[in-house]
Amino acid sequence: MSTEDTLLYLDGVSVSFDGFRALNSLSLVIEPGEMRAIIGPNGAGKTTMMDVITGKTRPDTGTILFEGRTDLTSLREPAIANLGIGRKFQRPTVFEMHTVWDNLELSLKAPRRPLKTLTYSATREDRARIEEILDITRLSPRRDRPAGSLSHGEKQWLEIGMLLAQDPKLLLVDEPVAGMTDAETEQTAHLLKDIAGKHSVIVVEHDMVFVRELGVKVTVLHEGSVLAEGSLDTVSANKQVIDVYLGR
Amino acid sequence: MLTRFFLMGLDKKAGVLLTVLAVLAVAVPVMALGTAPDSPWHLSTHTVALLGKYLCFALLALSLDLVWGFVGILSLGHAAFFTLGGYAMGMYLMRQIGSRGVYGNADLPDFMVFLNWTELPWYWHGFDQFWFAAIMVMLVPGLLAFAFGWFAFRSRVTGVYLSIITQAMTFALMLAFFRNDMGLGGNNGLTDFKEILGFDVQAASTRVGLFVATVVALAAGYILASAVVASKLGKVLIAVRDAESRVRFLGYETDRYKLFAWTLSACMAGVAGALYVPQVGIINPSEFSPASSIEAVIWVAVGGRGTLAGPVLGAVLVNFGKSYFTAALPELWLFALGGLFVLVTLFLPRGILGLAAQLRDRLPARATVTAKPADQKGV
Repeated sequence: MSTEDTLLYLDGVSVSFDGFRALNSLSLVIEPGEMRAIIGPNGAGKTTMMDVITGKTRPDTGTILFEGRTDLTSLREPAIANLGIGRKFQRPTVFEMHTVWDNLELSLKAPRRPLKTLTYSATREDRARIEEILDITRLSPRRDRPAGSLSHGEKQWLEIGMLLAQDPKLLLVDEPVAGMTDAETEQTAHLLKDIAGKHSVIVVEHDMVFVRELGVKVTVLHEGSVLAEGSLDTVSANKQVIDVYLGR
Repeated sequence: MLTRFFLMGLDKKAGVLLTVLAVLAVAVPVMALGTAPDSPWHLSTHTVALLGKYLCFALLALSLDLVWGFVGILSLGHAAFFTLGGYAMGMYLMRQIGSRGVYGNADLPDFMVFLNWTELPWYWHGFDQFWFAAIMVMLVPGLLAFAFGWFAFRSRVTGVYLSIITQAMTFALMLAFFRNDMGLGGNNGLTDFKEILGFDVQAASTRVGLFVATVVALAAGYILASAVVASKLGKVLIAVRDAESRVRFLGYETDRYKLFAWTLSACMAGVAGALYVPQVGIINPSEFSPASSIEAVIWVAVGGRGTLAGPVLGAVLVNFGKSYFTAALPELWLFALGGLFVLVTLFLPRGILGLAAQLRDRLPARATVTAKPADQKGV
């Protein structure tokens, strides 16, 4: 497969922090429409990988191409976001003072320039889309509440809703079910599978039950590079992976 | 469309404030000009100028609240923009003196004659025209703020570091303006004004006119700030205050948003300074002193940060207190101001206007989580 057909292409990406190699020549390819789960022990470089893709951290070396042509390593966060890469953080990060509705309105795909937002008023389509997302994320009854008053699980869902509103081509989702109950975890898996139909998704997760629920290709990271790739059953049977997880 | 934009930010609080301002705009002229000097209802020219001064400070506080309350930029140098606006107006007023100065030189202000200057410096040209000065009142502070903000926000200087740089900026301007070589009157500043737009600056009617102009400017500033804050841009600003990096990942260039609010705020502060100068009759470099900017921060904190109306109230109340204290117990004023700041920070974190909300939250039944601004920096 040539790089032009890929949605995200990482090749030989390395990042060091004060001598610590967070990413060590990491290579990874995501195809359009694909959903990928990334697992790995703490410190494997999962969050750093998200940081270099979204422009929060600049890699020391390596290539990151979006849609086979746009070099992400030279762009700032907003430019990367506007290319169509959305990110959900490990700790749910919503705008606590704003209502649920306003959180979604701010995320909604619309011109991002200051003068455009100054004169913005929601169109009927915009409102319909927000209603739709409120339904999907089951936050309709909470629409006028400040996001800061939501429960942890609701905040996670709101943030997923914000990603939907952004309508990115690629979603990076960092530990979406951390701190959720089993029922919520299952619902979240369904939600993400729905999303995956129209978008590419990278999910970073510790929760193996959840990863099994997703039933997608898994990449195991270890010490900043790819240790194994394949179905969850394949990688679980891999001796190296077992060693890393059991600390041998 | 435009009307809707300006009306959208107006709530009950705005209604009260604008009504009070409208009453002032009618009552003060009537009481100052329409009553006999021995009537108990009479307002002296001195009082009118004093009230006008408070309202200029209120506009400065409003502009500061726009950046501190809504974007989280704690400016400790906002008086710099106020003072620059004041100097632009002062230069116009100096040019209106004409040949009525002590030295009777029609082309040069007195202090230039005193320094043996023979020619008007280039940057004084145009200031004999009111329209030119009126533009400069906003343009000079606006340009400085734009340049300053461009570098500071792009380099992602935030929090206390940014506050320190703003303080350094106003201090540097103070030192620069103290120099006679600046051609702006040095230590003494600009004073001895005679006329504004052909009216005697000292006359009671002119003072009343300036007061009404200040009320109008404050009301306009308030309506503009409310509209900005209520727009989607205002929501982005609040989001930047609470979680800036999250906003970047949504695709907003947060630097530009901060720059917009910062520059707008500086222009508003410039207008406040321009109205201040003819009412107090002097502008000098001491207005640039860091203490002036810090006082403005106290007004905002006392009134209630992030409420727009609160800072207006805070500026008027604190300055009323200052007028009273500096006359009655001059040596105690700074202690009172410092004590006030400590008390407000400890017991009224949301200021006077936040008091009601604060009391409501104390009630145990309402145990919903109250989100606090600016607690959540970064992601």
